[in-house]
Amino acid sequence: MTVILTFLATIAGIAGWWLSRQGLMSKPWLESVGPVPQTDPSHPPPYRLGTAVLLAVIGGLFAMLGSAFVMQIDETPWQLAPLPDLIWLNTGLLVLSSLALHFASRDEGQGRQIWLVVGSVTAVGFLLGQLQIWTTLTQNGYELSGAPAASFFYLITGLHGLHILGGLVALAWVWLRLSPTDERTDGEAPIGLCALYWHGLLVIWLLLLALLLGLGNEFLALCRSVLT
Amino acid sequence: MADLPHDTDPQLPPAEVADVMPPHAHSWWSHYVFSQDAKYIAIQYSGTAIAIGLVGLVLSWLMRLQLGFPGIFDFITPDAYYQFITMHGMIMVVYLLTAVFLGGFGNYLIPLMVGARDMVFPFVNMLSFWIYLLAVLVLVASFFAPGGPTGAGWTLYPPQAILSGTPGGAQSGIILMLVSLILFIIGFTMGGLNYVVTVLQARTRGMTMMRLPLTVWGIFTATVMALLAFPALLVAAIMMLFDRLLGTSFFMPALVELGETLSYGGGSPIAFQHLFWFFGHPEVYIVALPAFGIVSDLLAVHARKNVFGYRMMVWAIVGIGALSFIVWAHHMYVSGMHPYFGFFFATTTLIIAVPTAIKVYNWVLTLWKGDIHLTLPMLFALGFIVTFVNGGLTGLFLGNVVVDVPLSDTMFVVAHFHMVMGVAPIMVILGAIYHWYPLMTGRMLNQAMGHFHFWITFIGAYAIFFPMHYVGLVGVPRRYYEIGEPAFMTTPVEGLNAFITVAALTVGAAQMVFLFNLYWSSRHGRVAGSNPWKATTLEWLTPVVPPEHGNWGDDLPLVYRWAYDYSLPGAPEDYIVQTDPGPKTPAAGPL
Repeated sequence: MTVILTFLATIAGIAGWWLSRQGLMSKPWLESVGPVPQTDPSHPPPYRLGTAVLLAVIGGLFAMLGSAFVMQIDETPWQLAPLPDLIWLNTGLLVLSSLALHFASRDEGQGRQIWLVVGSVTAVGFLLGQLQIWTTLTQNGYELSGAPAASFFYLITGLHGLHILGGLVALAWVWLRLSPTDERTDGEAPIGLCALYWHGLLVIWLLLLALLLGLGNEFLALCRSVLT
Repeated sequence: MADLPHDTDPQLPPAEVADVMPPHAHSWWSHYVFSQDAKYIAIQYSGTAIAIGLVGLVLSWLMRLQLGFPGIFDFITPDAYYQFITMHGMIMVVYLLTAVFLGGFGNYLIPLMVGARDMVFPFVNMLSFWIYLLAVLVLVASFFAPGGPTGAGWTLYPPQAILSGTPGGAQSGIILMLVSLILFIIGFTMGGLNYVVTVLQARTRGMTMMRLPLTVWGIFTATVMALLAFPALLVAAIMMLFDRLLGTSFFMPALVELGETLSYGGGSPIAFQHLFWFFGHPEVYIVALPAFGIVSDLLAVHARKNVFGYRMMVWAIVGIGALSFIVWAHHMYVSGMHPYFGFFFATTTLIIAVPTAIKVYNWVLTLWKGDIHLTLPMLFALGFIVTFVNGGLTGLFLGNVVVDVPLSDTMFVVAHFHMVMGVAPIMVILGAIYHWYPLMTGRMLNQAMGHFHFWITFIGAYAIFFPMHYVGLVGVPRRYYEIGEPAFMTTPVEGLNAFITVAALTVGAAQMVFLFNLYWSSRHGRVAGSNPWKATTLEWLTPVVPPEHGNWGDDLPLVYRWAYDYSLPGAPEDYIVQTDPGPKTPAAGPL
């Protein structure tokens, strides 16, 4: 459970920082009645905060998957599926997609439309590339119903892909409803929320990739040795 | 409401959150069925949860009939018994308690108590309910599916959960259960996003976090916990569904079933247990924290006294929420673990008793020298404290490995968790309904029926679960369809088992009186008027009772003080509402 506990420690750190700014040491029963105080709503506006909370939940989901993955490494003869080089191209496409949506959220008019096209096409390319990797692995004998190490690859990449797909649906909905005259670039702008979601899924993907490539094994072994 | 018109108050800070009227309903359907108003959604959530809770109640009757009078009821077969156990547990923990506290009270009270017009994402909030309803329907569908619902036990432990020897394992029972759980979690996440962002973003002017009623603190913290804990169950459910449908072996070791070697191999059943209890233990506090918050408010209002140690109550809620994520494996002592882990989890389990005990002391000290009104909400609140202390103490025993291992598979554990997680939160739910029913309907619940309901429920619950501790201590195992007369049992328990069954049937019947009271009082109950309990918090200060669309009329309320100004020396009345801008005499005493 190292992965999820690390994730929760990060969340706890953020929550602790936020709580420390909420006057937890105040004595509300002694406050003399005077001016109405500022209530200090949290800095990100509602939709941005909602997207951030959603990303935290999705992060928790993948941290749990990561924990389940790591937990089973010691259980059985564990052989990670050798990933084709295509995985790097896919990762590059996702990075490009994330960057494009970032620029789309900052740009206006024609430029925004171009960035949206680039972001969407690269995201679709990422998904198609992931499907191609599934096909390659299956042909090489690493089937979904095979050893758990291979099954985890399909499960993790599948769930991540589903989240990208959901993001694409949301992006399409935003795009269709976007007025040509809407030039909002504030934190609540729908394209900006999509970009935030994309950035979150990119970070999650990079961490998952490290896990699937076995890059975190030494770190995890160290954590386990400390715990045990 | 404040006397000062908002625009004439020179000391008023500018509004930090835009005052946006939530979407209006344009038809009967969008007003009553596909409503985006959190108050209607709350009632939809609560009604659905109570309906499925009644199914869970009937299942418990059927189980008790088998245990109290074995061999008499032919239709209760061993398979059916396990199905009753499974569905009863899952329904009560997830589909009733979680849904009522967060979907029901959360939706109704958060916007009103923080001074908002509605939840921040009303459409997503509506979707949350409909997905929850779909989850309930899928669960109910499993009763009618070939092979019936799953009988794997509410913990759904693999590998047995998906094998043919378990009812519903090789048919669709387990599939429908897992799909239902996945839907529930998706629906809850939509609602949870609303509760968190509304508390963080939609508080009215003057409502600082430390002026929030403890009810909101409890629901808010529980929601954050649920958003972080439910993904564990989601992952476990998805992986088990893969094992069952797609032939993966995430949780399935190599095994032989009925002489046939199965294709599974390489998976870890223990991994499932970790995932399940990483959700399962926080779930205890996801239910308990809203109950803690609500009971604090009930005690303050009905004892006419400020909550003792408000700050510590807030810290304790947050502390319990954090600690509850590092105690999960105390549910797995009998699964075997490294002794150091056992020591670690026993220690954290005992540590969590510290903030919990702080809360109990503070409740008692809130009552101390209070002007206690033994109203129905107060009776249920007192019933909760006593029951929670009883259940909590046996939890301290069971938190220790050496005590837990021999008791883990006995009825002692069943008695423990029903006291602390069944009866105690139900007491709070009932007390809260008696308290806020006048706000929801404009009428008071009938007192005579209410007292009958309380005393039968309270005494009956003890008649059920006190002897059950003893039954467990003398060795009666749990999850057994029929124990017969085993050699290790030297004390006969047939009489006690029959007694417990009669008590369970009686308590269940008393709930029918309560349901009738809900219906009867909505038409014939005494008109409540506004603020019948003389409470200080915002939900009672709406211009119209029951609150209408948008809650607050033209102006949002302004908050000038905390939520517990009761019985202040020198004040003309024994309560001062949060919107009262008048001079304040500091209360004496609290920390």
